Amino acid sequence: MDRTVYLDYAATTPVDENVLEAMMPFFSERYGNANSLYALGRDAYTAFEDARERVAALMGATHPGEVIFTSGGTESDNTALIGLATAGGRIKGHVIVSAFEHHAVLAPAEWLGKHGFTVTEVSPRTDGLIHPEDLQAAMREDTVLVSVMHGNNEIGTIQPLRALADIAHAGGALMHTDAAQTLGKIDFDVNDLGIDAASFSSHKIYGPKGFGALYLRKGTRIAPYMMGGGQESKRRSGTQNVAGAVGFARALEIMDAERATEAPLLAALRDRIVEGVLGRLELTSLNCCETKARLPHIANFIIKGVEGEAMLLHLDAKGIAVSTGSACSSGSLKPSHVLLAIGCPQEFAHGSLRVSLGRYTTEKDADYFVDELIPIVERLRSMSPLYAKIKAEHSAG
Amino acid sequence: MLYSDKVMDHFQNPRNVGVIENADGTGEVGNPIRGDVMKITIKVEDDKVDDIMFQTLGCGTAIATSSIVTEMAKGMTLEDAVSITKKQVADELDGLPPAKMHCSVLATDGLKAAIDDYLVKNGREPIAGPILSSDPDFDPHGEEDEPAE
Ligand code: FES
Repeated sequence: MDRTVYLDYAATTPVDENVLEAMMPFFSERYGNANSLYALGRDAYTAFEDARERVAALMGATHPGEVIFTSGGTESDNTALIGLATAGGRIKGHVIVSAFEHHAVLAPAEWLGKHGFTVTEVSPRTDGLIHPEDLQAAMREDTVLVSVMHGNNEIGTIQPLRALADIAHAGGALMHTDAAQTLGKIDFDVNDLGIDAASFSSHKIYGPKGFGALYLRKGTRIAPYMMGGGQESKRRSGTQNVAGAVGFARALEIMDAERATEAPLLAALRDRIVEGVLGRLELTSLNCCETKARLPHIANFIIKGVEGEAMLLHLDAKGIAVSTGSACSSGSLKPSHVLLAIGCPQEFAHGSLRVSLGRYTTEKDADYFVDELIPIVERLRSMSPLYAKIKAEHSAG
Repeated sequence: MLYSDKVMDHFQNPRNVGVIENADGTGEVGNPIRGDVMKITIKVEDDKVDDIMFQTLGCGTAIATSSIVTEMAKGMTLEDAVSITKKQVADELDGLPPAKMHCSVLATDGLKAAIDDYLVKNGREPIAGPILSSDPDFDPHGEEDEPAE
């Protein structure tokens, strides 16, 4: 395999060279423990707090102390859900999450449901959006927390967070959002969005894996999820990951500086792929294509009459990396819960293909992907015992 | 999850793809809701599988196991062909990832269904026994619950 075309940036991104360079000294000469009082420790502490200030500023936080560094998006989500719901020793209450959250939100919500809380899932509509009136209808007297993701990682739709947060607040609940797919990629300001808590992941923005942050509005009570030495103002114990923080801050600065040029380029490349695929393949559609509020770098196709894992393996043999929501690829019983939540029939969800672009994607990559995909789909369809039937049904009505 | 070279070979270059015109027996198993459907057509001569072809909608394993099963069954007596197990199919492919063992049932079931279809059409007793994947609750992505064989 001589060519690699990586089109799975929503899964993870490579670490940007400049980010890596900024991190390197903290693995070797500047290795101190940020809790130590001597010079080496103070140096690490200063670098860590400096990273916090920069990250806080770039998300529009009012105080650096509103940023808690964590081990990544999953920890941030788990901390927010469980920590906010159980803050101050609360043992019951109502929690609302959207049905197409990442599992890092759904799993702790389910846990809360088994430990005294009641949980409601609000479904997105077929446009891939959580409608404010649907959240309103789910609110209850005892709702303590609402969690709705900002940008959906599979279909790329962007939720109307401000309106959702206003509803949560009017009902006396806190608003959390999983913003792993949006921070750095679109305009993001915690005050404009009116949220109380937000989760971020470093490896989605060309920073290192294993690092992330939780924004927590000043004055918001939270029960710590990691307990120990009392770091992060007792909200998250554990020796500070200085290299991670420095890398994350640098990565976010680059995202911020590049956004104005990068986002339109990505949208143009995405549209090029979308046009190529839809123009050359019959019985193929783009999920939530009518929705205007969407991330520039994600396209999620439904290619009828093929199974996603088989497509993925053939593309892999051509050096192309993409992902699918088919059940076969995950070894789970059902295809993607996101696609099912937006009303995609199960039989077609198996034929989903997500393409996500990033900083190093070129026009050549986009064209190569389309050129390789078409014959693969045609071949798989020609092997399918059902395709003729699907096609006949389609032309009949 | 890693596939053996042999699985990849049969996935990339599947043998005996297609439908036999005027087939003596046809077996179609699986369920589009679950994402997997397989169809086998056979020609029978002297109670032996004289020719066999398949069509499969499904994952890489489903395609590879369909392909290998057609190779294994060709020339076999009907009795031998219906007794091919998913374990033999997996062994023939130098093994399958554990999560994929279950979906290989489709291939052996397709073959069984085609043979029974031939026998019944000719007024004879079916010999394949229960066909797992025709159960509406059969899930190719289900847990492996190996019956004692
Ligand atoms: S067909 Fe779905 S796992 Fe094999």
